[in-house]
Amino acid sequence: MGTQANGERVAIVGVGIYPHGRHPGVSASAMATDAIRQALTDAGVEWGEIDFAAGGCVLTGEEPDSLVGALGLTGVPFTNVRNACATGGAALLSATSALRTGHGELAVVVGYDKHGRGAFNLPPAQFGLDDWYGEQGMMLTPQFFAMKIQRYMHDHGISDSTLAKVAVKAYSNGSRTPSALRRTPMTEEQVASSRMISPPLTQYMFCSPDEGAVAVVLATERKAATLGVKPAYVRGIGLRTRSYGSLEVFSPSVPIAQTDSPTVPAARAAFAMAGLEPSDVAVAQLQDGEAGAEVMGMAETGLCKHGEQEALIQSGATEIGGSLPINTDGGMIAHGEPVGANGLRQVREIALQLRGDGGERQVPGEPEVGFTQVYGAPGVAACTVLATS
Amino acid sequence: MSSTTEAEAGRRPIAEGLFTWPDEEPRLIGSRCTACGEIAFPRKGACLRCTSTDLEERLLGTRGTLWTWTVQGFRPKASFGLPEDEEFVPYGVGYVELPGETRVEARLTESDPARLAIGMEMGLVIVPLWNDGEAEIVTYAFAPTKEED
Repeated sequence: MGTQANGERVAIVGVGIYPHGRHPGVSASAMATDAIRQALTDAGVEWGEIDFAAGGCVLTGEEPDSLVGALGLTGVPFTNVRNACATGGAALLSATSALRTGHGELAVVVGYDKHGRGAFNLPPAQFGLDDWYGEQGMMLTPQFFAMKIQRYMHDHGISDSTLAKVAVKAYSNGSRTPSALRRTPMTEEQVASSRMISPPLTQYMFCSPDEGAVAVVLATERKAATLGVKPAYVRGIGLRTRSYGSLEVFSPSVPIAQTDSPTVPAARAAFAMAGLEPSDVAVAQLQDGEAGAEVMGMAETGLCKHGEQEALIQSGATEIGGSLPINTDGGMIAHGEPVGANGLRQVREIALQLRGDGGERQVPGEPEVGFTQVYGAPGVAACTVLATS
Repeated sequence: MSSTTEAEAGRRPIAEGLFTWPDEEPRLIGSRCTACGEIAFPRKGACLRCTSTDLEERLLGTRGTLWTWTVQGFRPKASFGLPEDEEFVPYGVGYVELPGETRVEARLTESDPARLAIGMEMGLVIVPLWNDGEAEIVTYAFAPTKEED
């Protein structure tokens, strides 16, 4: 265990990913162990040097701290995190805070999951609802997100073509990303004419549930300087649950007086902690469980104003060569959604982009500031701001 | 009395306490916070806006406008109540804004995207869902109140 590091800055110094896809016969913990070993190798450190760990797995019921049984019983403190779509962000917050408050110099954060085919199949009672809500066919996230973007398009002038272009970009970027599930480029026509799931969203505008794992190694600034890796500093993290009046999934009624999505205060908190502005961001990863989420997230995070997405997306600004590249690894639409891994996949991608290790999908111009955002049921959001200095 | 007629007709609400039943003109049963006036559906035990637990029953208005909508195009999984042997038919879903009250999520009687639009006028109706062998299960829904041109 190293010396006290109170208040010291924390950086990502290693990343690992178990490819996202369908892996029958591979256990969730085997994927997680593999991702952790990759991240340790990337950082040039060993499991025995790790002072703190945090991990999340939402759907399989596994206890992340049981991974020590595969990695080595070093006695390391290991916090289990379960925070739905915000699991990765919450685990990152836990480990970052631990290093900042003197719990050592190196930490591992891991997120992993196995999600069966098809839409979520959630019992109403898990979200404080009675059975009738599910019985009459309302316990469906795709249905809700379709209604949310439908209203948003009406209010802010977003076209069907723009939704399709978000998905086209995802498949194009996914084709350049080895860890992605869907790696075949699609045309706007193919996306728009695929099966209508819930208007305005077609089949290929949705992500596909699957399996995967992501791990990162964190180090204090002092330790990072000894490792020979270009660090990506965790400059800001913001987590929020919903406020009264935000339009959220699984709501039999919503107030007429609407308030912001939890993404808005989470992003604001992350930027405030970082001392940076949305205009400083050179590359971003946003929640894109369906194409509409990415469109709304762009404005909710402050990366643009409401309504500006139409021109930005139509002009290609959010593509890898554009002025505001978003979801450079193909996002959830290309990677699917192993819930526990999702937020950390975004963080990994930003760390690679800031290092210049994005390969075929590297954003030009040596990006210095990156941003991530996840959002999900029943109204949680987690945002991070990462930077090269 | 209509109540006898409805009962004899073998119709049963999907859950108690969602809408007045039997009733010639059913109303959704919500709650109103006596402290801050906030209205919600279905009836709540505490006000999610101001946290007061002093709530009164409020029968909601039956007319409103379509605030947003979609269509459920595929058969939902397990928690869905439609018996396995009954054919799935896509249904509309939306939030209907009841003026001065709240926005209620409900099934819509219309499922043709070409005949649904934000802002259209809607009215409360009670619709059949399925037959459970003993009774026809019914729930609340909203229907367009003006004929399309």
